[in-house]
Amino acid sequence: MPHNIVLRLTSYAALVVAALLFVAPLLFMFAGSLKPDDQVLLEAGSWRAFLPDTIAWQNYLDVFARVRFGRYLMNSLFITSMIVAAGLIVNSLAGYAFARLQWTGRDILFAGVLTIMIVPLEAIAVPLFYQVTLFGWRDTYIVQILPFLANAFSIYLFYTFFIGLPRELEEAARIDGASVLRTFVSVIVPNSKPVFATVAILTFLMQWGAFLWPLMVTSGEAVRPLPLAVSTFHSLPPLQWGDIFAFGVMMVSPVLIVFLLFQRWFVRGVVATGIKG
Amino acid sequence: MLADHQRLTGLLLAAPALLGLLVFVAIPFLLALTLAFTNLRLGSPLPVEFVGFDQFRRIFSDPAFLRALVNNTVFALLVVPLQTALALALALLLQQRLKGRVLFRTLFFMPVVFPLSLIAVIWILIYAPGPNGMMNHFLTTISFGAWLPRDFLHDPYLALPAIMLTSIWQGTGFQMLILLAGLQTIPDELYEAARIDGAGRMATFLHVTLPQLRNTLIFVVLVTTILAFRLFDQVQIMTHGGPRNATTTVMFEAVQAAFGRQQVAIGAAMSVVLFVVVLVITLLQQHVARHEREIS
Repeated sequence: MPHNIVLRLTSYAALVVAALLFVAPLLFMFAGSLKPDDQVLLEAGSWRAFLPDTIAWQNYLDVFARVRFGRYLMNSLFITSMIVAAGLIVNSLAGYAFARLQWTGRDILFAGVLTIMIVPLEAIAVPLFYQVTLFGWRDTYIVQILPFLANAFSIYLFYTFFIGLPRELEEAARIDGASVLRTFVSVIVPNSKPVFATVAILTFLMQWGAFLWPLMVTSGEAVRPLPLAVSTFHSLPPLQWGDIFAFGVMMVSPVLIVFLLFQRWFVRGVVATGIKG
Repeated sequence: MLADHQRLTGLLLAAPALLGLLVFVAIPFLLALTLAFTNLRLGSPLPVEFVGFDQFRRIFSDPAFLRALVNNTVFALLVVPLQTALALALALLLQQRLKGRVLFRTLFFMPVVFPLSLIAVIWILIYAPGPNGMMNHFLTTISFGAWLPRDFLHDPYLALPAIMLTSIWQGTGFQMLILLAGLQTIPDELYEAARIDGAGRMATFLHVTLPQLRNTLIFVVLVTTILAFRLFDQVQIMTHGGPRNATTTVMFEAVQAAFGRQQVAIGAAMSVVLFVVVLVITLLQQHVARHEREIS
């Protein structure tokens, strides 16, 4: 028994130390966003870095005065929600067609989807950049949305979920004479909430942080999303760390709120990426 | 009748997604393979022509690109084992049914939901030069003054390790969660059997936990290795590849070529190299996983 208590205490000690290390940079940002700009760097080397003396909202006001934060936020919200919503429709339909319908070319096309799954965005970013330049799509919303709607991994996740659903679900609807699409909407979708939630969260997480692609295809601030805006804001003189951290806090708050509210689904989503293995 | 009807419906339902994958993944991919063998430059008056392996010869004699390949490899060789070991340790700690484990899991996972670009910006300040910098102060304190303040991101020897540390801090939670899920699929009977056989903690870990977790570990290692070769955001924001190419990566060089210098063909050739690396890693992982399955 005493051996067990020692083990527990060591485990707790290790967890607490690890947790402090993991949380410190985030606390640093939250505390810094509430401090006068010059104090952020000055106090970075002491425990005061994680604790504001006073609560000052000035940095937040400064962000709005210096850049069009609202615009970036709307851009990010619009681009991400379009990709999530349209992506759910397009990829779930494809996943359903591959999992449950008989059609010519299905198996070979599905093999194609599985092959495409290993191509990372980075490997095609350059030719895609050239392609959309030819289309005349640079500096638009469409160039940040359209290429990311169809997603091989999302199709795969839908496929594996749908293939596990009992056949009886559809048969009853078919006997009533419902069309394939109607059966999908009224019978399959209501029984597949977990996979829709998983795909939605994974897509949201990926797209909310998208940096490389917007960097390549946007030059003006009109359609620029937050991840790109925070890096340009950081290099916008004068260097004021309080403002930068306030920008960061506002930028991450939507994700953090969604994460804390739907944590169970985040966990499932991440675990789903591990199913492949 | 119904079968005929279904035949068309299936294709129609899949069509939008298939079209998207064709136009925005398959065609660009084929385009990369084609452009890499041309001399295409945006805005160049020269006619576009087929130049064979010239671009590949060029990039493989370009010191910056070779340095990028080395940097990505070093990054993978150090970050993958360190991050996996740390993630496994945290997963094992959380696996014990301690109170507050959900809170700890939340805290470890939190950096994963932060956009990488924001994390890069926060860590620029953490690595601030001078004794007041957070990392400098931390290292001085835990080394009882032996550490002398350095300018991490402008130091040719420290810049890449600094980016590695940031990446480990950001990515560990993701791995930990997948490993935790893997740990939970190990049947209790196996632990029970080990206990009856009188196996100690270490023996149980080596002979029950590790073999059972093997496929999850292989998967996690694969994903992290591929991520190491895709490295871009942190480099672009924290060091811009410097100092003197100390932190440049394949993707950073590709973007510099295609986007910065308009040399689309060279960028495409670099993309092809990146894809070949990813492909080799994937095939290797599948080979190892299959091999393991045959043994067990």
